[in-house]
Amino acid sequence: MTNSFAEFSRAKMILAIGTNMTEAHPVAASFVKNATANGAQLIVVDPRRSGLADFATLHVPIRVGSDIAFLNGVMNVLITENLYDREYVETCCTGFEALRAKVLEYPPERSAEICGIEADTIREVARQLAAVKPAMLAYTLGITEHICGMNNVLSCANLQMLLGNVGLECGGVNPLRGQNNVQGACDMGALPNVFPGYQAVADPKARSKFQSAWNCGSLPDKPGIMMPQMLEGLLNGSIKAFYVFGENLANTEPDIHHVEKCLSSAEFLVCQDIFPTETTRFAHVILPAAAWSENDGTFTNSERRVNRVRTVSEPPGISKPNWWIFKQIAARFGQNWSSDSARELWDSEISQLAPSLAGVRYERLEGDGLQWPVPSETHPGTPLMHKDGKFTCGLGQLIPVDWIPPAEVPDEEYPFVLSTGRRLFHYHTRTQTGRALGLNELLGEETADMSPIDGAALGIQNGEMVRVKSRRGEVTVKANLTDRVPPGLIWMAFHFREGCANWLTNPAFDPVTQTAEYKACAVAVEKLPQA
Amino acid sequence: MKEETITLTVNGRDVKDRKIVGKKGQTVLEVCRDNGIYIPTLCHHPQMPPYGGCRLCIVQIDNMRGMPPACTTPAVDGMVVNTHTESVVRVRKTVLELLLAYGDHNCLLCDSNGDCELQNLVYEHQIEHIRFKTDFVPKPKDDSSPMIVRDHNKCVLCGRCVRACLNLQMNGAIDIAERGSNAYIATFNNTSLMDSVCVNCGQCVEVCPVGALTEKKAKGLGRAWEMEKVRTTCPYCGVGCQMWLHVKDGRITRISAVEEAQPNEGRLCVKGRFGYDFIYSEERLKTPLIRENGSFREASWDEALDLVAARFKEIIAKHGPDSVAGVSSSRSINEDSYQMQKLFRAGFGTNNIDNCART
Repeated sequence: MTNSFAEFSRAKMILAIGTNMTEAHPVAASFVKNATANGAQLIVVDPRRSGLADFATLHVPIRVGSDIAFLNGVMNVLITENLYDREYVETCCTGFEALRAKVLEYPPERSAEICGIEADTIREVARQLAAVKPAMLAYTLGITEHICGMNNVLSCANLQMLLGNVGLECGGVNPLRGQNNVQGACDMGALPNVFPGYQAVADPKARSKFQSAWNCGSLPDKPGIMMPQMLEGLLNGSIKAFYVFGENLANTEPDIHHVEKCLSSAEFLVCQDIFPTETTRFAHVILPAAAWSENDGTFTNSERRVNRVRTVSEPPGISKPNWWIFKQIAARFGQNWSSDSARELWDSEISQLAPSLAGVRYERLEGDGLQWPVPSETHPGTPLMHKDGKFTCGLGQLIPVDWIPPAEVPDEEYPFVLSTGRRLFHYHTRTQTGRALGLNELLGEETADMSPIDGAALGIQNGEMVRVKSRRGEVTVKANLTDRVPPGLIWMAFHFREGCANWLTNPAFDPVTQTAEYKACAVAVEKLPQA
Repeated sequence: MKEETITLTVNGRDVKDRKIVGKKGQTVLEVCRDNGIYIPTLCHHPQMPPYGGCRLCIVQIDNMRGMPPACTTPAVDGMVVNTHTESVVRVRKTVLELLLAYGDHNCLLCDSNGDCELQNLVYEHQIEHIRFKTDFVPKPKDDSSPMIVRDHNKCVLCGRCVRACLNLQMNGAIDIAERGSNAYIATFNNTSLMDSVCVNCGQCVEVCPVGALTEKKAKGLGRAWEMEKVRTTCPYCGVGCQMWLHVKDGRITRISAVEEAQPNEGRLCVKGRFGYDFIYSEERLKTPLIRENGSFREASWDEALDLVAARFKEIIAKHGPDSVAGVSSSRSINEDSYQMQKLFRAGFGTNNIDNCART
């Protein structure tokens, strides 16, 4: 996030696109709702009438996967009606002419047809956004989980730069991270192309810095591969040994049949986890780890805030902290790592090696933590990025992008779009929430959420069992007829193994980010004989 | 806009020239609290709009009629306020007696014993007996929710739960139904909590000053005064809410939000507040396991780690370092991800390390 959660309730205009905040980020959603109570306008762009849409001044139900067409259409209006922030664009940004040329190819009428909405709605959104400054943009995985995920993100950034909203309080581009420490895992360099602090592995200077700090032989200069390529590698034999730490890939990745085939092809699979999962079934060795409240450490949230995690009890049996396990394996590779606690790892390694975290020390994290960049020990942290439009990279880059349809669109055989996500009462594959008393009572099974109009057409009553089928698999679940879902759409989550949406989802990926298109594939629905 | 300061005289009858400085726009209660002057309250909560319901914060103000509540009375420059006159204290005592008379306030039977604002106020005001007889008819408890127990008989109708639901979380699941001595907290259509639009975020429990709203899972696990509070960060979504773990004998008994903390400002959701006890599941992995003849057998750390190292070495020697790959956990602490990527880069010699960053 360029901005901070503290600004949400003070915002005057919020554009929430591809984010089911009331279920996936309920506390963040409460601040957005507070903003509306304080008089803010809220525009919710989502194919479903999500919980947040109940608070919106305008809900724009665009078709699944039409985000770029929509955003280009809005920018078309901003430019043709001269509503954009010309001064900001001229002084803070580069690439305006190319963006202009591109969005002029998307007059509202064309965009409206792609998005399945009225052209005047696009005009209305553009005019409302231009009328209130600053406007805040928030998105979640509805933007990224497409084969054009990266371009969706660029499009959001284009819009906010065109409106002059980046670098202002209560403005900015704000992706809400799905997991507690997904920001941190990236910051720490658990990515194939960068060391901790986003320093490129291809940069010889960075390599020599880490080589001397880690007191090791030469470090590899070629960026590694991403998770989907790893799974493919298991199948084609290029990856022989695979180490899965705290992920349940057998349920979370698209096309479970295929993923399980990949996992079972591993010559050697190590799983390090706190519970047996569907993924550990394929392991050759399972290493038991300490869990959340059995560790001292830090998480980094969506707003780049590094916060403390504290120990209240010992891990069960002989299970051990994860950092300890990695250290023992390193020792068997002839490396003697000296840090012997999370605190020591942070204070004497991470903060020394990652310039954006240089000023973060455990002793500074006792209260509300610190938001990076924190370049020095006296720096107070950075709640707002790119302040006043002064971008960290110099000028903000407007990058024109084109709309493309999802990789798989409905046809006669599979006439519905399936889109997926999370529900309020569970988290991911329920390894944790499924074992927390009471949450299964609040939500005990998966459903196929669909429009009552489609239900009527197929003769399906609310609560009846249906079969949902894609080219990759099928599940049997209860139908949940709800007018929050538009006709033509089926919506499911991935919390329950039985009825997991990932038996159906399409392993088609964004070519750059390798993010799967969880938000769109084609399915068929049929009524089952009722018991 | 520049903040205008105002000056009040509070309890100046006894302490001469006791000038109290506040900001224009503050209430009498806020000015007093900011200056360390105690006024008892029950319905007031700093995160929610003033309510003026309980009448415990009544004060006397020169040139004002009656006893206005400090929580809803705007502070004005030159105001002369007295917070503990004899008549104010007498009315407060009567209010407390009425509250005690109308309900079933038996601390022996209450989970909030030791963590109850009514209990504290009754003690503070040294109420020794209740002069009032009422026609109080007990209502059945609502324990339909797996998380929240509602006991109307312990409710003091302060309305904090209603405001927390409506003004903070903005779910609007509950409100005050009926009037006068018949008033009670109800869901829409007076259904059970489980059949209402309640999302079980537990914000109502968090703000309830008494034992009317309690946590089902915390029952019997320990008393308020036995708890050690440990601050930590929620393990679920990317908001990173700050929470207190209430710990007894190394076990989390319940979780509350850290008030005033960023980023959550005293709020939590259902997963954060109630989704902690997976930690104690019997299904936890407790020892390293090695696959043998199609099933897993227990192993020591040395055996398991030797095997992992030997197999990785063997594969790297035969197929090169890029034939191994790993996925780090975006659920676990930073330090774990740091160690894993270091192991892959410095130990194994490959950049084939990723996490589920983009999904």
